Amino acid sequence: MLRQLLATFGEYLIFLRQVFSKPAKWSMFFKKWLFELDAMGIGSMLIVCIVSLAMGSVITLQTALQIESGWIPAWTVGFVARTSIVMELCPTIISLLLVGNLGSRITAEIGSMRVTEQIDALEVMGVNPASHLVLPKVLASIIVNPVLCIFSIAFALFGGFLTVWLTGCISTYNFMDGLTYCFRVYDVVYALTKTCVFAFVMSTVASFYGYRIEGGALELGKASTQGIVVSSFVILVLNVVITNIML
Amino acid sequence: MIEVNNVSKYFGEKQILHSINTQFEEGKVNLIIGRSGSGKTVLMKCLVGLHSPEEGKVLYSGREFHNLPENEKLLLRKEMGMVFQGSALFDSMTIEENITFPLDMFTEQSESEKHDRANFCLECVDLENVNKLYPAELSGGMKKRAAIARALACNPKYLFFDEPNSGLDPKTSLLIDELITKITHDFNTTTVVNTHDLNSIITIGETISFIYQGHLAWRGSSDNILTSDDQTLNDFIYAQPLTQRLRKTL
Repeated sequence: MLRQLLATFGEYLIFLRQVFSKPAKWSMFFKKWLFELDAMGIGSMLIVCIVSLAMGSVITLQTALQIESGWIPAWTVGFVARTSIVMELCPTIISLLLVGNLGSRITAEIGSMRVTEQIDALEVMGVNPASHLVLPKVLASIIVNPVLCIFSIAFALFGGFLTVWLTGCISTYNFMDGLTYCFRVYDVVYALTKTCVFAFVMSTVASFYGYRIEGGALELGKASTQGIVVSSFVILVLNVVITNIML
Repeated sequence: MIEVNNVSKYFGEKQILHSINTQFEEGKVNLIIGRSGSGKTVLMKCLVGLHSPEEGKVLYSGREFHNLPENEKLLLRKEMGMVFQGSALFDSMTIEENITFPLDMFTEQSESEKHDRANFCLECVDLENVNKLYPAELSGGMKKRAAIARALACNPKYLFFDEPNSGLDPKTSLLIDELITKITHDFNTTTVVNTHDLNSIITIGETISFIYQGHLAWRGSSDNILTSDDQTLNDFIYAQPLTQRLRKTL
């Protein structure tokens, strides 16, 4: 088991070395990179915004219900909601959402290219398939995911505000007061750093599982599931590690 | 010319190829034949560098492929074109983009030059008005021809075909065989075809290497394959009732 794990990790490192080699032609690389930016960013925007709106709404409502006490100031609801949303929910939950959305797409795309010998065709042509196919995806996700995280934070906070305004559980003034209370830019830096690391893990692990498929459609399905499970697990472990280091 | 000297290939403990020695000649259609699972595809993948043999050498006009430095290997790869069993066209690109892809990657040609080259390659394989179509919009035979056109794009010296007739009807198979012969003779390529299609073996095989259980069991040409005394070869060639009847007439 441990030997298998180490062997897979070794294969992953070798794969990364292939991915981070110089592209055969920069103009082709930029073309693919722009395509990935568009596909990943625009393609995931709607789901991220919907989930964030709902998440912000629920977290605000839950917080308001839990701290109904005369001893705790009303602005605490906004403060707790903002802190949870910025520091944990948006970077981690949205990254896990993107693992399911983008990660499975990456594994399926690269895996089907492997199964239909398109990757072999690239190799025979003299193109480094790992660099040509994966590097644009990795660099695009490292840019796209933090942008999506910022949108997610904005929508989640807006969701919270909307809930407060519609339910009247606290006044919107108190909520806004809590949102801005003791705001630190470092919290956003921390959130975006986590998102970048998670984006790297998601794109490389998903690509790795797609790239090493041997077999057909059945293996493609298994690889897609494995990619999601492993990425999610690594993201959760790294979340603890990064939090320990940065906070 | 491609020389294969004592090539052995293992997958784990299992030996797939046993000291294969053969040659593929320039300007000729060279066939690798054998039953499914005999090691034909593994041999072809060793030739094009998708597998590295554990023992032996593959020499391209005297250059030992697997021991070349990366930059020289890359140059040699640009002299190769390969048509895969399932065509392996890039589904996200149009047929013209598929054909111009190697030109985009390795040349500085202008858009109009690349367009002209794509049209020339499509003309060579008798495909017209498919430039803007995607692979999914083509039939199996058309995909094969488009894949041949892509393989021709960089004017290769060495052409490889992995089971070019699989999944095609007899008439389209004949067309593909004619195309392979025409391209080989017109462009003087060293063509290696991996097949177990009997019609291809008889009609286009100028040199034939018969692989049996990972060993080179017989080497000859289409002129003498039907009259060979080799038992394993005869078991392969005359396996079907139709060919058994043919044998009685010989």
